[in-house]
Amino acid sequence: MTTGLWELLFKGLWVTVQLTVFSAALAGVIAFAAGLARLSRFWIVRFVAGAYVEFFRGTSALVLMFWLFFALPLLGWQLAALWAGTLALGLSYGAYGSEVVRGAIRAVPVAQREAAIALSFTPWQRMRLVILPQAVPEMVPPFCNLLIELLKGTALASILGIGELAFGAQLVRLATGQSAEVYGIILAMYFVVAFVITRGMRLLERRAKASVGRVPRPDLTSAKRVPPGAVDTGVGTVGGGSR
Amino acid sequence: MRTWDWSYTGHVLPDLLRGLLVTLEATALGSVLAFALGLVWALAFRAPTRWVRWPVGAVVEFVRNTPLLVQLFFLFYVLPTTGLTFSPLTTGVIGLGLHYSTYTAEVYRAGIDGVPPGQWEAATALSLPRRRTWTAVILPQAIRRVVPALGNYVIAMFKDTPMLAAITVLDMLKQAEEAGAESFRYTEPITVVGLLFVLIAYPTSLLMRALERRLGN
Repeated sequence: MTTGLWELLFKGLWVTVQLTVFSAALAGVIAFAAGLARLSRFWIVRFVAGAYVEFFRGTSALVLMFWLFFALPLLGWQLAALWAGTLALGLSYGAYGSEVVRGAIRAVPVAQREAAIALSFTPWQRMRLVILPQAVPEMVPPFCNLLIELLKGTALASILGIGELAFGAQLVRLATGQSAEVYGIILAMYFVVAFVITRGMRLLERRAKASVGRVPRPDLTSAKRVPPGAVDTGVGTVGGGSR
Repeated sequence: MRTWDWSYTGHVLPDLLRGLLVTLEATALGSVLAFALGLVWALAFRAPTRWVRWPVGAVVEFVRNTPLLVQLFFLFYVLPTTGLTFSPLTTGVIGLGLHYSTYTAEVYRAGIDGVPPGQWEAATALSLPRRRTWTAVILPQAIRRVVPALGNYVIAMFKDTPMLAAITVLDMLKQAEEAGAESFRYTEPITVVGLLFVLIAYPTSLLMRALERRLGN
């Protein structure tokens, strides 16, 4: 492979990273909004948030991406491919993430909430000063899993013609015909990015837990990632139990 | 702004349903492969020698942390150069099965770890041979409690099958794409495909949740 082709791959890697960051930011906002809405006092808010989550967890991210790109023009909007990709990934992983937020908030002991009420905190103070600081550290490991799923999901954007890593690889393959090398290289690149994410999130978790005076449980956070469907945080790839 | 065309929707529906059959077929075969391979990995994680544990662990980690789509391209373009020529659907099933086996392996592992140590001790006390300990004592208990989690991965896999369209499998998405390319109307076929996914995945996930509660874990 010539340097020009390597450049193509690294450019693709950069777009992949951007796509991951943008959609993760969008998914994060949606996850908190929908997760909190599902714990609302008003049934209509809970219902709307629940319908959103179930719908977007039920459909396929790739079909959603196609829909936003090809079918949304029916409503008179034409999205640029990059935004269709970001929006589709953000919406579907936001739905998964909202279950993480909901599970972590519900896992905060009731006594904490009662104590905050007894101290006559407003609902907003209760959430900001008491509940969230304890819930957020619990969210970090499942969010890490989701972030890696999201990173893997960005490869779908290549089908819309977004010039990210998998798309770059396609071009290089057409230029050189060395499929095994090209795809081997980019698989390794994805793995390295995922590894960096895992390490970064572990650091983040340690700091978040230290800030509320807890030590990370070594068995859950290190080495083996627990698959989303099997953990008891109420997080599933699809409909993983809601406790 | 254009409006929804019902007669066109009726026109493309048979093709989409034919695609749905391919999608379901890929999901079913992929699940069988993922269940079987996952069990192999899970048992290899418990192998007495690290010469088995480490390489298997590394491969599983690698496959799980890289995109399925790229793995499909890898299989699709590289397998034929090694002399193995499969149909696109078979390649897709291998890709799906292999990718999801790395998830089911973790599920099985969790199930095996969840079997109380007393069961192992009892098997030792009865001097059951190693094979029989696994097949008659540990696995039946381990698998029973992970059935809902495995079911969730079947749903996840179902939602990932549209990726097979990228390697020319005529699944639902590919059918929708072809219908769209023919008539320049993508809205109807892709919307129908999206709705079909929800219509199948959502009730199935409710079923899994009910099963989970029933098995009481």
